[in-house]
Amino acid sequence: MAPEPLIGRAVPRVEDERLLWGRGRYVDDIHPEGCLEAAFLRSPLAHARVIRVDVTGALGAPGVVAAFDGAQAAALAGPLVFDMARIVPEPVRRSVDPLVRVQPMPSLPTERVTYVGQPVAMVIAESRYLAEDALQLIDVEYEDLPVVVDPELALEPDAPLLEPEWGDNVAIAFNFRKGDPDGAFANAHVTIEERFRSHRYMAAPIETRGVVASVDPFDSRLTVWASSQTPHLMRDFLAGALGYAPDRLRVVAPDVGGGFGMKGSIYPEDVLVALAARELRRPVKWVEDRAEDLASSTHGREQVHQIELAAGADGRILALRDDVVHNSGAFTTLGLVVPYNSFTHLLGPYDIESVDIRMRAVLTNTGVTAPFRGAGRPETVFAVERAIDRLARELGVDPAELRERNMVRADQMPYATGLVYRDGADQVYDSGDYPGLLRKARETVDAGELRAQSTDERRIGVGYAAYTEGTGVGPFESARVRVEPGGHVVVSYGGASQGQGHRTTLAQITADALGVRFEDVEVRGGDSGEIPQGFGTIASRTLVLAGNAIAEAAAEVRERAARIAAEMLEISPDDLELADGAFSPKGSPGTKLPLGDVAGFLSPFNPARPKGEPAELAAGSIYRPSSVTYAAGVHVAVVAVDVATGMVELLRYAVAHDCGRVVNPTIADGQIAGGVMQGIGGALYEELVYDDAGQLVTGSFLDYLLPTASETPELRLAHMDVPSPLNPLGVKGLGEGGAIGPPAAIANAVEDALLDLGVVVREGPFGPSRVRDLIREAATAGRDKVNTVGS
Amino acid sequence: MAELDIRLTLNGEERSASVEPRLLLSDFIRHSLRLTGTHVGCEHGVCGACTVLVDGQPQRSCLMFAVQVDGASVETIEGVAPEGELGPVQQAFHEAHGMQCGFCTPGFIMSLTALLRESPGASDDEILDSLSGHLCRCTGYVNIIEAAHLARARMNGGA
Repeated sequence: MAPEPLIGRAVPRVEDERLLWGRGRYVDDIHPEGCLEAAFLRSPLAHARVIRVDVTGALGAPGVVAAFDGAQAAALAGPLVFDMARIVPEPVRRSVDPLVRVQPMPSLPTERVTYVGQPVAMVIAESRYLAEDALQLIDVEYEDLPVVVDPELALEPDAPLLEPEWGDNVAIAFNFRKGDPDGAFANAHVTIEERFRSHRYMAAPIETRGVVASVDPFDSRLTVWASSQTPHLMRDFLAGALGYAPDRLRVVAPDVGGGFGMKGSIYPEDVLVALAARELRRPVKWVEDRAEDLASSTHGREQVHQIELAAGADGRILALRDDVVHNSGAFTTLGLVVPYNSFTHLLGPYDIESVDIRMRAVLTNTGVTAPFRGAGRPETVFAVERAIDRLARELGVDPAELRERNMVRADQMPYATGLVYRDGADQVYDSGDYPGLLRKARETVDAGELRAQSTDERRIGVGYAAYTEGTGVGPFESARVRVEPGGHVVVSYGGASQGQGHRTTLAQITADALGVRFEDVEVRGGDSGEIPQGFGTIASRTLVLAGNAIAEAAAEVRERAARIAAEMLEISPDDLELADGAFSPKGSPGTKLPLGDVAGFLSPFNPARPKGEPAELAAGSIYRPSSVTYAAGVHVAVVAVDVATGMVELLRYAVAHDCGRVVNPTIADGQIAGGVMQGIGGALYEELVYDDAGQLVTGSFLDYLLPTASETPELRLAHMDVPSPLNPLGVKGLGEGGAIGPPAAIANAVEDALLDLGVVVREGPFGPSRVRDLIREAATAGRDKVNTVGS
Repeated sequence: MAELDIRLTLNGEERSASVEPRLLLSDFIRHSLRLTGTHVGCEHGVCGACTVLVDGQPQRSCLMFAVQVDGASVETIEGVAPEGELGPVQQAFHEAHGMQCGFCTPGFIMSLTALLRESPGASDDEILDSLSGHLCRCTGYVNIIEAAHLARARMNGGA
């Protein structure tokens, strides 16, 4: 009898015990003997010429070992060049022929600073306290340059230029058309046009970034511990910048306290700390403080959409037009990634024949924006889902009903949108039942009784948001499965966990694929020394890519083990069964040959070992997906809006989700809940605000407000998981999905609550003052209208 | 900088040290005493990750200087349960999946432990009040609240 599969079971996490005892090992817990600490002087200005940086004063301060300005850093290491960002797959070029400009980022600038918080000089001292003391003794002379903060103003002909040789601030630009959008708009029964702005907010993991670098005094090899989602990419990047052969450099992401995309980028400090360790031949550490994190780690989300929909009398959406301006911040380090994600998720779960989209990403004197949980999708979903609600009001149709009418049906799967995905493949939704998800969400939220509590003073509103999410993007992930002679199974993979529970879920996959006990599997990730190739944990990809790589490698090990076990037992491999890590001849469950003994049989110490067989019972696999799998979700928010105060209370939040086959339901639900809360934070509380001079005015947690347990709504989750046909495990990614829906669903709910006051919600976050302003503006507009009609 | 001598009880053991007056309690615990289970997330008293118990009361160790615990009793995550065991609050966080990356977790455990030791029958509101002094970016809090209720049931003589 085949053992009960572990995939699908809520296996308790193996990560927890160590963390609960306080024995996690995060970057700041690593402190090699003699470790020095770095501190960075950062630009107080958003745009300025750097006339002079003089670190002499700092060099004389107590405990200071070294200080570096931009010229010194440039002499020792090249600028950060994001080569991967320049890659545009040929089918993408054919489809939209994008302009993609990627500029090198100096680790420390020598000519100009372009955003507040940009590092300008580095001090290395015996402690962080002494390093920070010395920062104050660095003398910098700046000459102010004009500043541009707003992405639309950055497009104006007379805007200050961040890269003067470009001639404008446009980093990315492309257009896409399909069908006959102009004809559809000309002949539509109804059209709407609105402008929606997705405001800037960020990942803000509770552990900030951090790097420790140490050079081995005997062989000069460099080890870097970094709070990173992509240790292998960082290894290759540092190897290039510092002139190391990649295999003389090891990057380890130990325990990482949350990442959410922010730790998937490479930063100037990563290069500079490693550079300092190499130059000084002593370990060097830097851990970002919160003010640095808010100003200098990557931000997310800022986009403006001028969006139009055309619909027939039956409510079918005939065409969509959107003119999108994306704020890249001061550098475009990742090229197409976020703007292109916004583009390929604009149509979402809807079947829309004619499309006309213009996308421009522009540089401004603000912090760099990069992927943050959702990576372009929440922005686009905010615009489209708001537009659909506006259309529903115009048509007098229930918004959920209008969505259902326009969704791709289950019988249309697989469904080609006519777009090309960022990986170069045609965009084809692999599986799912979007109308079914919508009905499930509606049933799950069960908002009727809450809605009935609405009063004139405290108005209840319900809002929907539906989305698709391309998950598990390539190019590849690697894995290696090895059975040791004692029966211990070691699984190495190229990703890195930031709390997702990889050691548990990937062990479940291994145990099923290999036929061993869960307890015998040890999963090791986040270490370029553990497996040479890897891509990392970003873009909801690890379960899909590493999971399938592991399953493939484990199946290969199993097959090979069966062949050798058959030789050992002198029977046919077909007559063997494998359960709980031991082979038995079929029908003789009492005779057991443990996998560990098969591994031991291969040992070079065994004189009877089969000739020509490798010495290890192991196999490696590289999984390269054909394209992404499509997860999907429908979110429903129920809010109460206090008309007098503008306070929005989130009463209930429902999610119906499709993430393919679920490996561990507890962990899957935890991922969704966490993502939803980040979306709620963005919708109601979090906003990174720059003033016109480019000063970040939300530079601490006193101004940048993260939600707490008190802001947690009643959360109802429902699954409708349709396995993906694109990979053997049938899985889709789910890390980001939860964060995609909330800004749109909550905006729609707020507007629904205030509908008869004439309020239209165009940008978040929906804090009390913004909501009060909306109510006041609507009342004024309403009065003006009455007056006009009366006159 | 001149150092001051302090004596304290740390997780039940007498300790003495010489510290700079400006040394934060969080840095003293992490860097001088090498107890790295206390984490630092914001250094301005908002996130709660650095919470330890000073004379039984939860305190943000990033907002105190080490010299302020002279003569006090300090308890950290490393001392909250006997070696090799999980205390009831820790056990509840594991069972309810009230943690993901684990970085904020010790802070939550310390505050909740203090609350439930003092009032094992704490109300839902009191629990929420205690949890709301901490930020978590992974879990969405739902399972943390559930873990807190589970811990209360056990510490209050229930299941």
